[in-house]
Amino acid sequence: MTISLKPNNTPPEKLQPTGWLKYLSFSLDHKVIGLQYLVCGFLFYLIGGSLAGAIRIELASPLSDFMPREVYNQVLTLHGTIMIFLWIVPVVNGAFGNYLIPFYVGARDMAFPRLNAVAFWLIPPSGLMLITSYFINGAAQSGWTAYPPLSITTPAAGQIIWILSVLLLGGSSIFGGINFIATILKLRRPGLKLMQLPMYCWAMLGTSILVVLSTPVLAGTLILLSFDIVAHTGFFNPSLGGNVIVYQHLFWFYSHPAVYIMVLPAFGLVSEILPIHSRKPLFGYTTMVFSIMGIVVLGLVVWAHHMFTSGTPPWMRLFFTIATAFIAVPTGIKFFNWVATLWGGKISLNGAMLFSCGFIINFVLGGITGVALAQVPFDVHVHDTYFVVAHFHYIVYGGSVFVIFSSIYHWFPKFTGKMLNENLGRFHFIITFIGFNLCFAPQHWLGLNGMPRRVAEYDPQFQLINQISSIGALLMALSTLPFLWNVFQSILYGEDAGENPWDALTPEWLTSSPPPVENWEGEAPLVLEPYGYGRRDSNKPQEQKQ
Amino acid sequence: MPKLSAIITLISSLILGIGGVWIAYNVDMLPVSASINAPVYDELYRVLFIIGCILFIGMTSLVIYSLIQFRRRPGETGDGINLEGNITLEIFWTAVPAIVVLFVGLYSYDIYDRMGGMQPLMHDHESQVENQAERIWGGIGSGPIETSSSNNSASLPIELTAMQFAFIFHYPKGDIITGELHVPVGREISLRMESKDVIHAFWVPQFRLKQDVIPGQPTILNFTPTKTGNFPIVCAELCGPYHGGMRSNVIVDEQEDFDYWLRENSKETI
Repeated sequence: MTISLKPNNTPPEKLQPTGWLKYLSFSLDHKVIGLQYLVCGFLFYLIGGSLAGAIRIELASPLSDFMPREVYNQVLTLHGTIMIFLWIVPVVNGAFGNYLIPFYVGARDMAFPRLNAVAFWLIPPSGLMLITSYFINGAAQSGWTAYPPLSITTPAAGQIIWILSVLLLGGSSIFGGINFIATILKLRRPGLKLMQLPMYCWAMLGTSILVVLSTPVLAGTLILLSFDIVAHTGFFNPSLGGNVIVYQHLFWFYSHPAVYIMVLPAFGLVSEILPIHSRKPLFGYTTMVFSIMGIVVLGLVVWAHHMFTSGTPPWMRLFFTIATAFIAVPTGIKFFNWVATLWGGKISLNGAMLFSCGFIINFVLGGITGVALAQVPFDVHVHDTYFVVAHFHYIVYGGSVFVIFSSIYHWFPKFTGKMLNENLGRFHFIITFIGFNLCFAPQHWLGLNGMPRRVAEYDPQFQLINQISSIGALLMALSTLPFLWNVFQSILYGEDAGENPWDALTPEWLTSSPPPVENWEGEAPLVLEPYGYGRRDSNKPQEQKQ
Repeated sequence: MPKLSAIITLISSLILGIGGVWIAYNVDMLPVSASINAPVYDELYRVLFIIGCILFIGMTSLVIYSLIQFRRRPGETGDGINLEGNITLEIFWTAVPAIVVLFVGLYSYDIYDRMGGMQPLMHDHESQVENQAERIWGGIGSGPIETSSSNNSASLPIELTAMQFAFIFHYPKGDIITGELHVPVGREISLRMESKDVIHAFWVPQFRLKQDVIPGQPTILNFTPTKTGNFPIVCAELCGPYHGGMRSNVIVDEQEDFDYWLRENSKETI
C-alpha cells in the first residue's frame, strides 16, 4: 500500500466554510471533527448533569416528592444513556481520538474522512431524538440496561426511540472504531514502528477492537428487543416463551466492554499528559502496551459478573469471578507505572496534572471496589445497590471525566492557540474533587446498609447520608462554572500559546496552534521517541532526514 | 543512603499494613448480621477491606508524596531523571497483585462454598416433588453444607411470588398467604421464588443475601436466620415506577411464637 504524504484529495479549503461556521459543517478535517465531538459531548454532559441534579434533589428526602415516579425513572434512564453514549464514549474516543491519532501516526487526516464526518453527524440527531422522546410521550423508563420484561411492558414509544437512538450511536461508534484501526495500522508515516507510537494510539487500537467486536452484539440484541415491543415476538418475553436472562448475557457482552471503551482511551490520554507535565519518560512503555491488550482480552470474557444474582450456574459464577479479578493485574501495572512516571520528575501542578492525579486516586478506589464486587459472595449483598452506583461513578466520573478535564487543560492551547488560566484550573480541580468524593464516597455506606439503586423513595434512616451526597452533587454542578468561565475568558482574552507551550515532544505540538488543515505546512515530522524527556540530546525532536 | 531509604520503605509499609488492619477492624460499615451466612460474609468483607485500605492509602500517599516532593520549584527549569523503566519493578508489581488477586479469588471461593453456593440443587425438595424436568436456578446461601445436609428435610419451604409492586408469600403448610415473611429463628428456610410480571429481586441486607425473582424461571434461595427481630425485605431490581416502595418485612420469631402465628393463620388445622 502506498501512503501519500502529500496533501490528499480533500476538497480545497475555500469550498469549505471557514471561521466558526466550519464547526457546524460537514467538515472532513479530523481536527474540526474532533472539536465537534468535544463541544457536542460537553453540551450533552450539561444536560446529563442537570438530570443527575434532578435525581439528587429527589433523593434529598426519603419520599418521592420532587417529581412523579414515572418521570424519575425516565430521568435516570436518560441520565445513564446520555452520559455513556453521548458524553464519555464520543469524547474519549471521538473527540481526542480524531484530533490526536492522525498527528500521532504522522498522517494528514484519518483513513476515511467522510466516514468520520458521518460518524459524528449521527450523534446530534440521535441525541436530540432521545431527549425529545421525553416531551412526546415520555422517555424510556427501564434504565440504561433496558432489561425485559420491564422494557417490553413500559410505554412503547419512549423505549423504541431509545433503541433507535442507541442503535445510531452504536453505528457511529463502530464507524469510528473501523476508522481508528485503519488509521493506526495503515496510515503510519514510513519509518514509524508500532512500538514507537504514543501510548494513546495503543489505547485507541485496543478500544477500537472492543468497539468493533462487541457493539454489533448490542445492536442485534436491541433489534430483537424492538421486535418484542412492536411485533410482539417472544425473544425475551417470558409470557411468549422468551428468556429474559439471554438478554442480560447479550447486553452485558457489549456493556461490560463498554466500560473499557470508556476508560482505556482515558488511560491512553493520562499516559500522554503525565510524562509532559512531570518532564520524565513514560515508565515501562512495553508493559503498558501489553497491559492494554491484556485488558482488551480479559474485558471480553467477564460480562456475567453483572448477573451474579440473576440465576447463573455456580461454575459460571466462579469463572467470571476469577476472570474479572484478574483484570486488576494489567490495570494495576498501569497505575504503578504512572506513579513511577511521577517519581523523580519535575512536576508542574497545573490543571492537567492535578486532574490526572485526581483520576489516579479516584480510579484506584473504584478499582478496589471493583475487585470486591467481582467476588460472588460479596456481590450478592451489594449488587444493584448504591455501593455499585458509587463504584461505577468512581470509574466513569472519577476516572474518565477527570481525564477529559485533564485533557482539555492539556490540549486547549493546541485547540485554540490560547492558554487557559491555571489558577482557575486549580480552583476547578479542588471543587470538583471535593464535590465528587462528597457525593459518591458516602454511597458505599448506603449500599452496604440496604439502599437499592434506582429508587425514588427510601428508608428514612438513610436521609442524612443522602443529603450529604446531594450537597456533593451541588458542588460538582457549581464546579462547572469556573471551568466555563475559564474557557470563554481564555478564548477571548487568553495569553497566546505559541506552538509548544508545554515543551512537549509528541507530534501535535510540532506545528502551529491551532494547526493548519492537513496538520503540517511541510513534511510530517518523524517522532521516534515521543517520551524522550530528561535526555539532553533528544530534547529536540528529530527532524525527518528522508 | 540506600540503607536509609530501605529502612524508611520498610517502616512505612509496616505502618500501612497495621493501619489497614486497624481501620478494617474499627470502621464498621455493615448492618446487623442475622443469618448463618452473614458472619461468613462479614469475614470476607473484612479481608477485602484490609487489602483495599492498604492499597488505597498506599497509592494515594505515593501520589501525594510525589506531587509535593517532586514539584517544580519556582524558577526551576529542565527535565526530571531519564528513567524509562525497570524490569525488576515491573515483575514485582505484576507478581504481587497477581498473587493478591489469586488469594482473594481462592478465599472467596472458599467463602462461597461455605455459604453453600457450590452445592448442586438436585437434593432440593421442590424439584423432586413437582417436576423433575423443571430447571430451578439457585442463589447463593443454600446454607452451610453441614447444616443443609444434616437437616435438609427439616427446612421450611415457602413460596414467594413477586409482582409489581409486592412480595406475596405462600406457606404450603397451612396454605397461608401473607405479604410479610414470618420465619422461625435457627431453622433453614427454602424460598422458591417466581415473578408474575417483570424481574424483581429479593434482598434482606441483614441476611447478606440477594436473588433475582425472574418471570418464567423459578429461583431458589435457602437461608437460616440467627437473630429474632424485624428486618426489611427490599426489591433490588428496577421493576417500575413504585420500585422504591416495593419493600416488606421479614419477622424472625422464636419457634413457639412462629408456631403460634402459623396456627392462628392457617386455613386448615395442622
